[in-house]
Amino acid sequence: MARVRLDTVRKVYPNGFEAVHGASFEVQDGEFVVFVGPSGCGKSTLLRMIAGLEEITSGTLHIGDRVVNDLAPKDRDVAMVFQNYALYPHLTVYDNMAFGLKIRKFPKAEIDERVREAARILGVEQVLDRKPKLLSGGQRQRVAVGRAIVRKPEVFLFDEPLSNLDAKLRVQMRTEISRLHSQLGATMIYVTHDQVEAMTMGDRIVVLKDGEVQQIDTPLHLYDHPANQFVAGFIGSPAMNFLSGRIDGSGDALSFVADETALSVPLGASDASLLRAHAGQAITLGIRPEDLYVAGPTAPNGSATSRWTLDVVEPMGNEIVLYVSSGPHTAVARVAPQPIPEPGTDTDIDLALDTSKLHFFDQETEAALTETPTADLA
Amino acid sequence: MAKPNSTNLGGMIWAYAVLAVFAFISVYPITRIITVSLRPGDRLLSTSLDFIPDGATLDNYRVLLFETPFLRWLFNSLLVSVVVTITGVALASTAGYALSRYKFRGRNSMLGGLLITQMFPATMLLLPLYVVLINLRLLDSYLGLVVIYSATALPFCVWQMKGYYDTIPPALEEAARIDGCTPWQAFYRVIFPLAAPALVITALFSFMTAWNEYVVANVVLQDTAMFTLPLGLKMFQNDMSTQWGLYAAGALLVSIPVVGLFLILSRYLISGLTLGAVKG
Ligand SMILES: Nc1ncnc2c1ncn2[C@@H]1O[C@H](COP(=O)(O)OP(=O)(O)O)[C@@H](O)[C@H]1O
Ligand SMILES: [Mg+2]
Repeated sequence: MARVRLDTVRKVYPNGFEAVHGASFEVQDGEFVVFVGPSGCGKSTLLRMIAGLEEITSGTLHIGDRVVNDLAPKDRDVAMVFQNYALYPHLTVYDNMAFGLKIRKFPKAEIDERVREAARILGVEQVLDRKPKLLSGGQRQRVAVGRAIVRKPEVFLFDEPLSNLDAKLRVQMRTEISRLHSQLGATMIYVTHDQVEAMTMGDRIVVLKDGEVQQIDTPLHLYDHPANQFVAGFIGSPAMNFLSGRIDGSGDALSFVADETALSVPLGASDASLLRAHAGQAITLGIRPEDLYVAGPTAPNGSATSRWTLDVVEPMGNEIVLYVSSGPHTAVARVAPQPIPEPGTDTDIDLALDTSKLHFFDQETEAALTETPTADLA
Repeated sequence: MAKPNSTNLGGMIWAYAVLAVFAFISVYPITRIITVSLRPGDRLLSTSLDFIPDGATLDNYRVLLFETPFLRWLFNSLLVSVVVTITGVALASTAGYALSRYKFRGRNSMLGGLLITQMFPATMLLLPLYVVLINLRLLDSYLGLVVIYSATALPFCVWQMKGYYDTIPPALEEAARIDGCTPWQAFYRVIFPLAAPALVITALFSFMTAWNEYVVANVVLQDTAMFTLPLGLKMFQNDMSTQWGLYAAGALLVSIPVVGLFLILSRYLISGLTLGAVKG
């Protein structure tokens, strides 16, 4: 097993496009790290550089104690599961899994033992002598994972391995891969555009946007302390609500006033002390849907009440999702099941914002203004 | 949709009718050749339409095999065709791969250049090729024929191979390279077997190019002992009288290897082998 360390790793494609701008971080031995970000943000490029399938334009890449920048993929001791599985169509499932071991001239008996062991773990023993085209999507996925684990590599790389599966199978495979990780204790790097996969699987998450690392953190810290507005909006579903406005008031009595509405939120003491310097500036307030409550006795202490128009109500059984608006602003609230008025253009509802859960972002830089910077784990 | 049987039945009758007509059109001349090849020497110009002629005899075959250099020509043709086929497959499979997978300087002009060579009819190239062969001292040699036939067959084969490789997902080689293959191993252990249908077409095309060729062979070869079959058969048409019986028997025997090759290779022609490699 091994650490993977990147030092200002850049990728410029031959057409001059810079897909990754100086990424630096370290994946610990045995860690499960997820690269997440919207399509085209450079996740695959980063992963493929680690695999050795793309040349590294500049910077250094360590796997274990070796600098592997110039090593061929076969010499890096990594295994990769591709989005489209990339099973060898002319070989049986057994031979697909045995392929890497045969190339590496393992003894026949050991190959057989490892392939059958992997097939058992993944539940594909019944289909070992079939060709890939006769397998279901889920089975192909398992065979692709099996082909990786028989090699017992230092590092596993996954590039959106579940995105071709239907929703139910995706959830199932997600837990299986997580379980595999704890069984094998191997270093795994997993690429996805799905923040739910990232949150549920990762020990740590690397959030990417436009080839730039936005934040590296544990799922929960990322959720509670996003470093900027992009991360705040990308992680969590429904997404965080954003309201543009400014800081108003003087002394300790500061409040956030939303643009073009009567919406005003008094700031708690700690937020106020951090935001005093930004008084008068254009600022975005962020609040997660679950930190909005229907005003009343169930709302937490220290919440600020404001009036909204109730547009849509979605009862989910375990919760109710409210879509509300106020002037140019819209917001989503997830509230506990309770009687809710019929939505309509003239239905108003009072919502309470939990003022201990507010996030503030500079409108120009989109950087978070009230988060304590993440301790650098690298 | 609602009544598949009736529409299908009508369609089937049509299909079989059309197929029957075409089968007749293609088979009839062959039956005539068989008939002619079986006629005794004195009745060659008979106008009888019997399939088995009066006094049918295998005498033409006996003369052809034992009293003419037919077997020698057969050997020559096979030698040249097989070497051209091997050369074609070896060069087209690798060149097509490079053109499909690698971006290098001159790639596009090479692809374009290969196409341009296809625009000129072979007869137009005859004189320049003749001059080249004289200078290389390759006249009247198998190698001379092999060079020209390969050069004729390769552009099509390279394009054809490239087109097929383009349909094979590069992720397969990437998987192979991570599994431990060098780029060359990834090619011949994964991609080469997957390209079987295209390789078969390349092989057949190369073989046919050499096997049926007359015009170039006629220029390059002078020694009767080195003749390929098309040249040899033409010899029966010499002088005052054409030996139609020998000619017919020879034509039938010449087509046997080609038919055999098609039958053997056709099962590799099924495409869609890559299906199931990727995607769910
Ligand atoms: N071979 C290439 N040449 C030029 N640009 C590329 C190449 N491959 C990818 N890109 C670009 O690099 C960016 C990142 O791509 P990729 O890493 O595949 O994104 P992701 O996996 O996050 O969706 C995209 O904008 C893509 O268009
Ligand atoms: Mg990708």
